[in-house]
Amino acid sequence: MISTAITDLWYGFGVALEPHNLMYCFLGVLVGNLVGVLPGMGPVATISILLPLTFGMHPVPAILMLSGVYYGAQYGGAICSILLNLPCHPPHAVTCLDGFPLTKQGKGGTALGITIIAAFVGASFGITEMIFLAPFLVKVALEFGPAEVCSLMLVGLLAGSTLAKGSPLKGIAMTVLGLLVGIVGSDIETGQPRFTFGITELFDGVEIIALALGMFGVAEFMNSINNTEEVDLRYAKVGLSDMFPSKADLKKSFWPMIRGTLLGSLCALIPGTGPTIASFVSYATEKKISKTPERFGHGAIEGVACPEASTHSSVQGDFIPTMSLGIPGDTVMALLLGALIIHGIVPGPQLISQHADIFWGLIASFWIGNILLVILNVPMIGLWVKLLSIPYRYLYPSAMFFVCIGVYAANNDMFQVGETMFIGIVGYILLRLDFHPAPILLGFVLGPRFEENFRRSLLISRGDLTTFIDRPISAFFLFICVVLIGAQIYVWLRKPKIIAEEKAIEAQVPATAFSEVAE
Amino acid sequence: MQGKFRLKRDYYAGGLMLLLGLGAAVTGSGYKFGTLARMGPGFMPVVLGVVLAFLGVLIAGTALASSEPDDSKFLPERPQWFGWLCIIGGPIMFIILGQIGGMIPAVFACVFVCALGDKTATYKSSFILAAGVTVFGVVLFHYLLSIPFPLLRGFNL
Repeated sequence: MISTAITDLWYGFGVALEPHNLMYCFLGVLVGNLVGVLPGMGPVATISILLPLTFGMHPVPAILMLSGVYYGAQYGGAICSILLNLPCHPPHAVTCLDGFPLTKQGKGGTALGITIIAAFVGASFGITEMIFLAPFLVKVALEFGPAEVCSLMLVGLLAGSTLAKGSPLKGIAMTVLGLLVGIVGSDIETGQPRFTFGITELFDGVEIIALALGMFGVAEFMNSINNTEEVDLRYAKVGLSDMFPSKADLKKSFWPMIRGTLLGSLCALIPGTGPTIASFVSYATEKKISKTPERFGHGAIEGVACPEASTHSSVQGDFIPTMSLGIPGDTVMALLLGALIIHGIVPGPQLISQHADIFWGLIASFWIGNILLVILNVPMIGLWVKLLSIPYRYLYPSAMFFVCIGVYAANNDMFQVGETMFIGIVGYILLRLDFHPAPILLGFVLGPRFEENFRRSLLISRGDLTTFIDRPISAFFLFICVVLIGAQIYVWLRKPKIIAEEKAIEAQVPATAFSEVAE
Repeated sequence: MQGKFRLKRDYYAGGLMLLLGLGAAVTGSGYKFGTLARMGPGFMPVVLGVVLAFLGVLIAGTALASSEPDDSKFLPERPQWFGWLCIIGGPIMFIILGQIGGMIPAVFACVFVCALGDKTATYKSSFILAAGVTVFGVVLFHYLLSIPFPLLRGFNL
């Protein structure tokens, strides 16, 4: 097993190191790092803007670049949290708690140094996990018929909507709304136009880029315009020489890093629990088992190392269910899955064997990308810190331009720009009503495949719904669904106690307008 | 639940989902429903619409049962009508000017209008930003990525 993994990985490095692919991988992590540093820009919006520009490209460099944006943004997001106390990227919100006090004590450079080490350790483990686990999952998943695929998707959808932030009921409502949006367009089997209201442009369905940019771009700008705090740059002075942590700091953060990595890789495997939850869980755990829990919140280096390691290991692990089963765990993965589909690649267990160049090339590029990010971040830290001082009033109009031209470039069609604006306004209304838009994208991407498999499995069983329970694997997935719903009802009934525990940590994180949407 | 009936934000939230769900179900019932074994195009829309409507009722219902305080304000504390108008206005300018004028006026107007939405922005600062982004955008999207969008319609640039 190990020898085949090494051969495959060798092949992957061959793909990822082709000059063309390497260049796009570099471009991806660079852009990712950049938007990670800039408050108010998330990886979802960035990937959506870049997606139309990849239409003319070969799928391998396209996917390498778009994935690079995602993990690159994680490196940048930490800088923003530690130096400015701005949790503009939810996975790094918890890093503010100890990162910013360290910065105030003049040890911001050390915190960043530890972050980069933790990030690399976490990411490396996440990648290793993917190398061994994904082929194994594929072996299991190849046995799946439409009924199993259907039930598995149901697990993914339910987990994605109930485990994410906010009220689980509203999360499920957003998933169902996403499924409905996915229905818009011509029916695959009969060609009957549905929910098109006679608009010809909608016959092909809602454009995924328009949906993502409306919900995560326009709606977010409407939410944060004139609502951002003045960025406090007093402490944000870090040079290269400050970045190297002392031996004592390294020793203190070693075990927290390992624990964070393991927790993060576990969280990645549970659908719906992405890096954000991983970082919160690991911070809480680390505080609980620490001998000196009172130091947390006042600049404990462990409080930076542990959540950062777990974020990065979870970010890489996130790719496992997406690439091996075709079930995305969160918004970014849903978008990447959409990108695969646009490039004509059918997601699912056959992806690894049919498109070995994408799968193994991607894994190899993760490693290359992470090394590139370390190189980008250590000597160039001064430049990133300077970028932090770009005011929001310059950022969002430029971003709106990218949104407009990105959506236009997808089909060379002005209608899509209007569609994006409409979705943006709806998205803002939903935001004001405390709905989180992330599950919409999940439902939208999985919707058409869910309907197709649902129809097919009932066609095979001649309309007998028990087919979902009669098949053991499918029954197992449905059982998980029941557990998920049961757990939510349990939490709801015992609300005051459990919620209070959860809120205790969340309340400490400084609230900004950004943290509401940017996932 | 004692005392007066008070409006909560979740009532609007639940109501909106109920409306959307019913709308979807009613629209979907216009398509062929089919049977379980041979589902028509109307099956999913109707089922999902009903589920969404049901969830809407649940959302409003749990809000009714909970005693937690919830402000009924839909608008944020400081509504940014002008800012919102600018954010929506920019892309509308982009659409209109893109069709009659071309890329340069579209990009410039879009950024200019959007930038005016910030409360510290002036005509001058917005103008400079818009000009800068236009130059950058033209170089990147027209010359480097060559997307099919004429710089100025009627002129062969």
